[in-house]
Amino acid sequence: MKSGSNLERILEKRLFAVTAELGPPKGNDIGVVEKKANLLKGYVDAINVTDNQTAIVRMSSIAACSLLVRMGLEPVMQMVTRDRNRIAMQSDIFGASALGIKNMLCLTGDHQSFGNQVDSKNVHDMDSIQLIDCVRTIRDEKTILGGDDEVEGEVKMFIGAAANPFGDPFEFRVVRLAKKVSAGADFIQTQCIYDMNRFKEWMKMVRDRGLHERVHIMAGVTPLKSGGMARYMNNNVSGITIPEEILDRMVKAPKPADEGIKLCLEQIQELKGIEGIHGVHIMAIEWEQRMAEIVERAGLLPRPTA
Amino acid sequence: MIKAEQKPLDEILEFLGPYNKVLLVGCNACVAVCHAGGEKEVGILASTLRAARKKSGQKLEILEDCSTRQCEPEFVDELREKVENVEAVLSIACGVGVQTIAKRFPDIPVYPGVNTTFMGETEELGVWVERCQACGNCILHMTGGLCPVARCAKQLLNGPCGGSQEGNCEIKKDVPCVWQQIYDRLTAIGQVERMEQFVPAKKWGRESRDSGPRTITREDLTV
Repeated sequence: MKSGSNLERILEKRLFAVTAELGPPKGNDIGVVEKKANLLKGYVDAINVTDNQTAIVRMSSIAACSLLVRMGLEPVMQMVTRDRNRIAMQSDIFGASALGIKNMLCLTGDHQSFGNQVDSKNVHDMDSIQLIDCVRTIRDEKTILGGDDEVEGEVKMFIGAAANPFGDPFEFRVVRLAKKVSAGADFIQTQCIYDMNRFKEWMKMVRDRGLHERVHIMAGVTPLKSGGMARYMNNNVSGITIPEEILDRMVKAPKPADEGIKLCLEQIQELKGIEGIHGVHIMAIEWEQRMAEIVERAGLLPRPTA
Repeated sequence: MIKAEQKPLDEILEFLGPYNKVLLVGCNACVAVCHAGGEKEVGILASTLRAARKKSGQKLEILEDCSTRQCEPEFVDELREKVENVEAVLSIACGVGVQTIAKRFPDIPVYPGVNTTFMGETEELGVWVERCQACGNCILHMTGGLCPVARCAKQLLNGPCGGSQEGNCEIKKDVPCVWQQIYDRLTAIGQVERMEQFVPAKKWGRESRDSGPRTITREDLTV
């Protein structure tokens, strides 16, 4: 066991894993974290806590993760390379581990021009792949990056990375995944999938390289709430494309929210059948109250106690 | 070359508020090429400032000059006679030129008339784009001759992020994704396998400005 986390145990046993996402509050209101967490308790194996997503200032991922640990839930700490240099990131990895955090997801992060601090200086001392390499070095070689200084203690971290099969150039997407795996990624959570054909094509390239044997790939899904949300995401969220037939289905649905859930359930079933998919990452953005229903209707309950 | 843009007139007028006699000095090197601080711009800016000050009822006497290269002390020293006859200097050279004046004339205030913006290429007449950030350890051999340090909004070194869409960067639809361009270029020159190589974290601290101002000393030239 690299980390001993619940997520690692479930994935290593080849049980189909389920993770969710929790966005921390835009302030210090612990109640927001607790409310969202309670809606997810018992329905997922681990909860991703975002790190100032879309470059909007929120409670730090590390603090919100620590609150989840206290509640007996397992977090996946997201860490973006946008805001911290390698000193701060390594320091936070030590701190996160000390606070009982066992999973992390290494990301580059949304550009600050999307958020509410457009005049900030972005750091990008490292990129996401270099961060993966850094965490693996700390964990496996027990030294800090580029140094001989031995790490005091054991930083047992299950290392995650993102993959976006919908970015361009398409042929490079599997190369980027291979680089992340070689750098040390143990698991992958993909960008939310709507274009199933392209995703399947990507997965075939993944299998052709044998990457599905080297890393646990969790497919990302986001239930759509309305036709408007679908259009907005298609037009404005970088790296997301929603095929016309899905847009059409959402726009025409008499009860769009229910249709969105139904669509999400269909997607989960289809993804479960793809060779090399070891779990699903359900990003129900500000819709945690529907998570229980999604997981239950997808036939993913009860969650295993691995 | 270094690119610059003239500061807003109001900002320059505010700098010059306390003075009645100044030297406006340009530079005939980089900033002349980008039409921000050459001889021609010295003339235009001097006339504009005179007119603005006359209108406000506080006349301003402006001496004009233009250095061959304002980043070199010997050319800046040629300004001595004029500098000693004014209360302040307004330089429309790049930030390097302004600092050379500050160093050579310790008793005279110097103000910048341009914002130094980047090192770039002329895309077409009147359009310049950033191309180099002088990171201190060139990686263009790995990237097909296109620089991700200067041209990727996240300075990524291991290929495009998920925000690369149809050749464009996620930050703006009309900004090309340099990593898509690098990918295309490496494909064209038969080196696309370079995209597979892991590029470790860059040594910003030892190679770049992050350790303070860098110095080049060439002993073959100094002895």
